[in-house]
Amino acid sequence: MEPDSFWQRHRVLRSVLRNLSFVAGMGILGVVALVAIAAPWLFPGDPLDMVAMPTLWPGEDPAFPLGTDSLGRDMAAGLAHGARVSLLMGISAAAIGLMIGTAVGALAGYCGGWVDNLLVRITELFQTVPTFLLVIVLVSIREPSAPAIALAIGVASWPTVARLVRAQFRSLRSADFVAAALVSGARPSRIIVRHILPNALPPIVVTTSVMVANAILTEAGLSFLNLGDPNLVSWGSMIGDGRQLLRTAWYLTALPGAAIALTVMSINLAGDGLNDVLNPRSGSQ
Amino acid sequence: MSVAYRTGKALRRTVVQAVPTIFGIIVLCFLLLQLMPGDVADVLAAESGSATKETLAAIRGRAGLDDPILTQLGRYLWHVAQFDLGSSTRFGTPVSHLILERLPNTLVLMLTALGLALGLGIAAGSVMAIYAGRWPDRVLQVVVLFFYSTPGFWVGLMAIVLFSVQLGWLPSGGSMTIGTTPTGLGVLRDRVPYLVLPAFAMASFFIAVYARLTRAALLEVLRQDYIRTAVAKGLSPFVVQTRHALRNALIPVTTVAGMHLGNLLGGAVVVETVFSWPGMGRLALEAVTGRDFNVLLGVLLLSSMLVIVTNVAVDLLHAWIDPRTEAP
Repeated sequence: MEPDSFWQRHRVLRSVLRNLSFVAGMGILGVVALVAIAAPWLFPGDPLDMVAMPTLWPGEDPAFPLGTDSLGRDMAAGLAHGARVSLLMGISAAAIGLMIGTAVGALAGYCGGWVDNLLVRITELFQTVPTFLLVIVLVSIREPSAPAIALAIGVASWPTVARLVRAQFRSLRSADFVAAALVSGARPSRIIVRHILPNALPPIVVTTSVMVANAILTEAGLSFLNLGDPNLVSWGSMIGDGRQLLRTAWYLTALPGAAIALTVMSINLAGDGLNDVLNPRSGSQ
Repeated sequence: MSVAYRTGKALRRTVVQAVPTIFGIIVLCFLLLQLMPGDVADVLAAESGSATKETLAAIRGRAGLDDPILTQLGRYLWHVAQFDLGSSTRFGTPVSHLILERLPNTLVLMLTALGLALGLGIAAGSVMAIYAGRWPDRVLQVVVLFFYSTPGFWVGLMAIVLFSVQLGWLPSGGSMTIGTTPTGLGVLRDRVPYLVLPAFAMASFFIAVYARLTRAALLEVLRQDYIRTAVAKGLSPFVVQTRHALRNALIPVTTVAGMHLGNLLGGAVVVETVFSWPGMGRLALEAVTGRDFNVLLGVLLLSSMLVIVTNVAVDLLHAWIDPRTEAP
């Protein structure tokens, strides 16, 4: 075998790794993920416990490099534990939205006819109700808990995926390889899953990054409004707590917001990089 | 086709399409609300602390909360068909009064934010595409990526710190100066400063969305043959970029602008809370915590209708930019 045959076979992988914004985004995201995973060891104990004097500014006490909040809780510990919540919420909500959206879009695009009509109507319905209002209503159905919130965000965010997948399926449905599979007697479920879906994947992969990013932003808004899981520290709830002291101790609001911005930015950078590679004609260069 | 004809056709189509959509939204929201634990009587009982079972039963009986769900749904639909949104179970006042009080504020905020988002987004995207790869593009790309990744309410809070607390240029909340009754232009001069920060906070994410879209679409268009022809026949670069290229590049931007309206309006809930803006978003939040279903249904219904109506406006804009599209 030639020594570079691995790279020849994985052309996409190679160009992805050469893409600066993808590498930078994944690098930052990796650091955030490491902090999230290591939070229980880096900052043992409950981040909601009082550990020092309240409202120490960052740098005022070397033991608490990022300061403490109005109840004397360590900001650094809160941020590290918040990273777990934000990342987990973002990923699970996006996964739920992707599953519903892909199922609806695939069915609508493949079947066409009245099934398509009906599903498009339902999709439009969900797109007309202001997303965040819908999430608030869904969250209030049960006592707020992390899984319920992820489910609510996922249920409110599927229409974008459904539209995208439907468009892909409509154009791929008339492709020759689908006709060939039909002639050879494949069942529709097999054609959808094994033949069309893999070919429709690139734009879905790119959308995934946007979905995760938006889910993190939505969760932040929810917990900012005190509608999040009350037993968890999240970046949004830290902003909400800090807001009371916005005039005197604005770092309480600035730090968790910066953490959100950094994390979401890294996801978007990685997504842009993937998009450049998978859809080279999308025009970013 | 004349503009008037198109507008008329668009309005007819809207009415025809909006009725089933609104019907669907009512049914969807109504069933969702039934899944919520507790009702307004429970909230009132918890607040007063001394409500007897009889009082609670009387409240539920008066609001018809004991009837079967389908009866309640049918009754609600019957009332809505007569433009009656019912009355707040909590305050006893008609829902339409509560909403009409807040609607103008939300409309002003939403339209300003949409205008800001489209204006700034298209401008930034055009500059980025025209200077693609050079320093204005690189600088703007970083700025746009930042706003694309930042929660709007946090942008608002930080703007309060900078512009209200540190610099003292703009008010940090509310929608007007309390205790003054300006007239004529004075109203405008009083209200505009209150509008700047919340509108920007609401628009910030969407400025980035439209800037990215405009950049990608404009770059795509600038590659095409007719642009080369226009340049070759000696038109100035500015004329080519605006009259020839931008007009075509705006088509995908307006399409997406229509798709994002629901998200824009949803953002109002958080932004209105940050800036104590007396709009529908806060009304919805109060209705959720108070389990005031009639108010919540009314807000959901009206904000959905707002999205539908604005969508028609965007469609008309779309048809004006691109005369090839059938009148919506």
